[in-house]
Amino acid sequence: MTKGNVGIVIVSHSADVARGTADMVRQMVGDEVPLAWCGGDPDGGLGTSVESILGAIDQAWSEAGVAILVDLGGAETNSEMAIEMQPEERQSLIAICNAPIVEGAVIAATEASGGAPLAVVCGTAEELSPA
Amino acid sequence: MMEEASVFMTHAIGLHARPSVKLTKLAKTFTAKIELSVSGEGPWIDAKSIVKVMAAKAPQDTTLFFRAEGEDAGAALEALKALVERDFDEGAADAANA
Repeated sequence: MTKGNVGIVIVSHSADVARGTADMVRQMVGDEVPLAWCGGDPDGGLGTSVESILGAIDQAWSEAGVAILVDLGGAETNSEMAIEMQPEERQSLIAICNAPIVEGAVIAATEASGGAPLAVVCGTAEELSPA
Repeated sequence: MMEEASVFMTHAIGLHARPSVKLTKLAKTFTAKIELSVSGEGPWIDAKSIVKVMAAKAPQDTTLFFRAEGEDAGAALEALKALVERDFDEGAADAANA
């Protein structure tokens, strides 16, 4: 556990959804997982921004890596863009989980809290998705 | 050697999201292989798998059966049983909101 636990980043089009999802993770799983969220465009409307995703990744950064949970379309493409803008040594330590944002975040954080590696954290969240 | 334990669960909403997270997190702190069943006969599910534990959807007034194998199996069963007996450390108010 020298690397610490995998961090969780929540990216939604809505700040309320992202904040609420983060609240659920904190209440249900606890504080032992680095956690950050972002949502909404800079003008307060719905949307996602690469800049805030970059900030959230920094905030939740862990040597063990970061798992990103997204909602729809732009949240995913902007997250991919944010990953590409990271230093090369970080890129392989960031993964977007193909899982529903709320349930996936809780499940991923539960796995992360037990010290699971990034691949297991994402894999477990993805078990939730319809086959 | 396989050790076994069972405990009657009175939690108002049963083994739903929050209790499942607590149970799984606790199970993960032990090295023993730990399994859970809602009947003494199985099917047995991995108590460290949050997805499987949630999917079991054990309702209130279910007896949970645990079995564990490994060095700290005894301590693991004691701790899990205690967690269920403590009603997952949740008061009635929490349960209503869960």
